Amino acid sequence: MTTERSVAQIALFTALIAALGLIPQLTLAFGVPITAQSLGIMLCGTVLGAWRGFLAATLFVGLVALGLPLLAGGRGGLGVFASPTAGFALGFPFAAFVTGAVAERLRGFAIGWSAGIAALIGGVVVLYIFGITGLAIVLDRSISEAALLVTAFLPGDAIKAVLAGLITAALYRARPDAVASRS
Amino acid sequence: MISLTSPVDTRAHSLPAGGKLLALCLASVALFAVRDVWVHLMAALSVLALYALPGRIFFVHGVRRLWPLWPFVAVILAWHVATGATQDGLLICLRMLSAVGLANLVTMTTSLSEMMAVLRRLLRPFGWLGVNLRAIELAAAMVIRFTPVLALKGSALTMAWRARSRRRAGWRVIVPFMVLALDDADHVAEALRARGGFDMDRTT
Repeated sequence: MTTERSVAQIALFTALIAALGLIPQLTLAFGVPITAQSLGIMLCGTVLGAWRGFLAATLFVGLVALGLPLLAGGRGGLGVFASPTAGFALGFPFAAFVTGAVAERLRGFAIGWSAGIAALIGGVVVLYIFGITGLAIVLDRSISEAALLVTAFLPGDAIKAVLAGLITAALYRARPDAVASRS
Repeated sequence: MISLTSPVDTRAHSLPAGGKLLALCLASVALFAVRDVWVHLMAALSVLALYALPGRIFFVHGVRRLWPLWPFVAVILAWHVATGATQDGLLICLRMLSAVGLANLVTMTTSLSEMMAVLRRLLRPFGWLGVNLRAIELAAAMVIRFTPVLALKGSALTMAWRARSRRRAGWRVIVPFMVLALDDADHVAEALRARGGFDMDRTT
């Protein structure tokens, strides 16, 4: 793959994560919006693979820090990284990386399964480890107390992991060479 | 796109961005180091005063951006009042509001180009290590250009779905959305290559 194609895919996926955040969404308790945005992070990993997924998510978080309102609900700026949900934003690149790495390891499974399992491990488990740590630090809670605050979001994110698997499988049918974990 | 920067020009706009960021770092570290509720009350009031200085429009705009924090404030206060440690809860809430308030203040009074300039300086050592900084800058510019384009295409897809189905467009719309984005990426890559691509940087 040429550098130009890698850079263009990374940039377009970053824009895609942002665009997914602009789709009308529900904000449940605790101000953590339930959006398609974390789905975008999962798809970064399953489609672009570990490294390019990591770079796309890093670019996204970097642009948010620079002051672009790319997070769901038009949030952004440096305040995001001082807020209780900072851990989730900082965890995005690592979530995308682990999702991609796991998807690449599970080539033996059907693509929908491998992508879904990878999204669950990277986009839910890893992301929540970062998110809960962030909550615990900013709100001065113990890890288990902080974990209690986000349990309400677990079902939604588990569903998103399943959707990430289904979407990756459908995308693989439409553009087989675009899915990095299978090429 | 909605802007996070201030609707009015303030004196803080002319301060160097690097200095503001450094001050923000130091202030945030200090906020997390101090454990005295009175110091935090003074800090929060000072932040509020900083917001009030440039006038009413700036103040309203800034305070509105702090509003999403209310659920956290409510949970923490309820928790600490219930456990009888009200002062601790107050400290955590004040610290959070001051830290986020100060960070937002820097974002509000610093333009994107100034932030980019600081980032460019910070990344320069990586350029010596062989990281292609031009690619990063180009990617950043592409994201800014393509986010509204993709958002528009996304809503067009949703509308096309609604025109054909009685049910709401759900997650299924994301598949063609991603195909569009990947195809766009291929066109952009071809266009980049046709104009010399990144190989040009190596020869100059």
